[in-house]
Amino acid sequence: MSSKEKILKEIRKNNLAKDMGLPAYINFGIKFENPYKTFCEMIQSVGGDAICIKEESLYDTIKKLYPNENNIASNLEELKEKFLDTNLENDPHNLNTVDLAIVKGEFAVAENGAVWVSNKSNRHRALYFIAQNIILVVKKEDIVNNMHEAYEKIDFDDLTYGVFVSGPSKTADIEQSLVIGAHGPKSGYVIFLE
Amino acid sequence: MSIHNHPKKAKEFVSNDERMHWHDKALWFVREKRDKASKSIPEWEKLREYAQQIKTHTMANLDKYLLEFEENATKRGIKVHFAKDAKEHNEIVYNILKEHQVKKVVKSKSMLTEECHLNPFLEKKGIEVVDTDLGERIVQFRKEPPSHIVLPAIHLKKEDVAKTFHKELGTDENNSDPTYLTRAAREHLRGKFLEADAGITGVNFAIANTGGVVVCTNEGNADMGSSLPKLHIACMGIEKIIPRLQDLSIFTRLLARSATGQPITTYTSHYHGAIENGEMHIVIVDNNRANFLSSNKYKKALNCIRCGACMNTCPVYRRSGGHSYDYVIPGPIGSSLATFRDPKLHKTLSFACSLCGSCSNVCPVKIDLDSQLYNHRQDLYEKNIISTKKRVVMKLSVWVLNSPILFSILGKITRKIVPLIPKKIIYNRFNIWGKQRDIPNMPTKSFKELYKEGSIDVK
Repeated sequence: MSSKEKILKEIRKNNLAKDMGLPAYINFGIKFENPYKTFCEMIQSVGGDAICIKEESLYDTIKKLYPNENNIASNLEELKEKFLDTNLENDPHNLNTVDLAIVKGEFAVAENGAVWVSNKSNRHRALYFIAQNIILVVKKEDIVNNMHEAYEKIDFDDLTYGVFVSGPSKTADIEQSLVIGAHGPKSGYVIFLE
Repeated sequence: MSIHNHPKKAKEFVSNDERMHWHDKALWFVREKRDKASKSIPEWEKLREYAQQIKTHTMANLDKYLLEFEENATKRGIKVHFAKDAKEHNEIVYNILKEHQVKKVVKSKSMLTEECHLNPFLEKKGIEVVDTDLGERIVQFRKEPPSHIVLPAIHLKKEDVAKTFHKELGTDENNSDPTYLTRAAREHLRGKFLEADAGITGVNFAIANTGGVVVCTNEGNADMGSSLPKLHIACMGIEKIIPRLQDLSIFTRLLARSATGQPITTYTSHYHGAIENGEMHIVIVDNNRANFLSSNKYKKALNCIRCGACMNTCPVYRRSGGHSYDYVIPGPIGSSLATFRDPKLHKTLSFACSLCGSCSNVCPVKIDLDSQLYNHRQDLYEKNIISTKKRVVMKLSVWVLNSPILFSILGKITRKIVPLIPKKIIYNRFNIWGKQRDIPNMPTKSFKELYKEGSIDVK
C-alpha cells in the first residue's frame, strides 16, 4: 500500500468529524463609508503610505518620492519606455540591484490595507520582494471593502502566483520592536490613479 | 527518551524573576493587540463560527479534499507527494534535493519541518539549511528550538541577539539596536537567498479547488526563498486543506489579527505553480494526524491554524516560557497535541494549565482547548500514567468532594485552624504550591452559609 493510500485509509477509519456544510459569504463582512479613507488609515498603521494622483502625473510623482534612486524597474505599460523592463531579464537573480520597483496592483482592500498583485505580464515574481523599495499602482475605483469581496475577484485559472501585499516588509522578532524592511522592500507606497 | 517534565523546566525559567516578568509582559502586549484588532471587526464572532464550520466540514471530508487538491495541483504541474511519517517526509525532501544536486537550501518558517527534524537530517547529508525568518535564524545560530510558533525568539533579549550576531555575523557586540541587528541579518540572508539552490517553505493553507497553497509572512522570506531558486518544496500537514479559494477570506481575516493584532500579514502569497523553468513540489504529511479524527474528545485540535493566540493569553505559558513544554508546539494547543500523541512522554503538560479557559476564548477556530486539557488529565489517570503524588491527591480529593458532610466539616476546621498555624509550618518544603504563593485569608463563613443567609446576590 502506498503512503497516500495508508493516509486516506487512516482518515476514513472511524472519522468522527461531523459534516457541517460550508458557509456562503453573500453580502457578508464589514463595509466602509469611504473605503479609500479607510485604506489610507490601514496602510499607515502597517508602515506604508498611500497617495492619490492624476494618471498623467505618475512619472513626476515617482521622481519626487524617490529622487535618489537610479535603478528603477517597472512592469507598467505606461512606464515601460522610461524605466528598466525586467521582463527582458532572463535570471531573477539579476534584479538584486533594483532600487525601486513600480508594479501594477489589481485592486486594494480597505479593511487591511492590502493590494492584490498577480499580473500575468510580470515575468519574475521576485521583483516584488528583491527591490529595495516598492510602489504599487492601483486605479482608485478598484478598492473593495473586505476580503470576501476580494476573493470574489480572484481567479487562478491562468495564474501561477498572486500575493496580497500590505505595506513594506517588516519584522518584530527582536524584543517585539517593529523594524521596517526585513528581507523585502524597506519602504512602500500605494499610488492610486484617479 | 526520558520523560519530559514541565514543572522542572518551568522552574529553571522562573528562577530569573526579572526575565520571567518581562516575558509575561511581552506576550500580554501581543494579546492586547489581538483584542484591539478583534474588536475592530463587528462580525468577529461570526468569523470564528464560520472558521470552525469550514474546518469541521473539511475534516469530515478530508480524504475527498486531499484527493481534489492533489488532482488540481498536479494539473498545474506541481508534483505532490504523500508521507505517512516524519522519516518518510525527510526522505522525500532529501531525494528531491539530491535529484537536483542541491547543496544550499533557504527555508522559511515551518513548524512541520521542525516537528520532523528536517534540518539536522539534511545537514547530516551535507546540505546547508538556512532558516530565513529572523527569529528562526537567531535561534538556529544559538542551536535552540523556537520557543513560540509565531515569535520564535520571544524568550531572548536584544542583548542576547547582539551577542549571537557578534559571534556569527561580526556585528558590534555592544550595539543591540533592533534596527541595526535586523539590517545585519538582512544583508547576511540576502546573500543566502541569492546563492541558494532550493527554497523550502511551510504552508498555511492548501486550497482544494485550485490546487495551490498559501503562505503568510511579514518579512517576505518565503517569497525571496521561493522566487529565486528554481526549486520550491512546500511541506504541509494533512490538516492544512481548505475546500475553496473564497474560504481563505475567513482565515486571512482571522489569522494575523489573532496572532499579532495586524489586520493581515504583510505578504499573503498564493503559490499555484513554479517560477519560469522551475519546479514546485508539495509534500503532504500525516505523521499521526489522522488519528485525531477518531477521538471525539480531541478531534478539534486538528482544526488549529497555528496563530499562537492561545500561547499569548495563557498565564502558564507566559510565565514558564516555550522551552519548558519540550514539544515543537508549546502552550495550550501544544499541550493537547503532545499529550494525545505520546501521553507517557508528555504526561506533565496537561497539568500546566489553570483551566482558566482564556485559550478557548481567543481561539479563532474555537478549539475547546481547556476541555481537552481537562480530559487529558482524566485519561492519564485512567491509563495510570500520572505520578503517585498526583494520584494520591486526586483520590483524596474525590473522596472529600463526593461527601458533602465531610467537605463541610473539613471546610469548617480549615477556616478555624489555618489562621492559627505559624507561616513556617505551612510553607514547608513539601508545599511546592506555597513557593511564590500566599494562601488567601480564610473567610469566616463558607459560600454555602452565606448563600443560606441570603448574603449572596442571585441575579
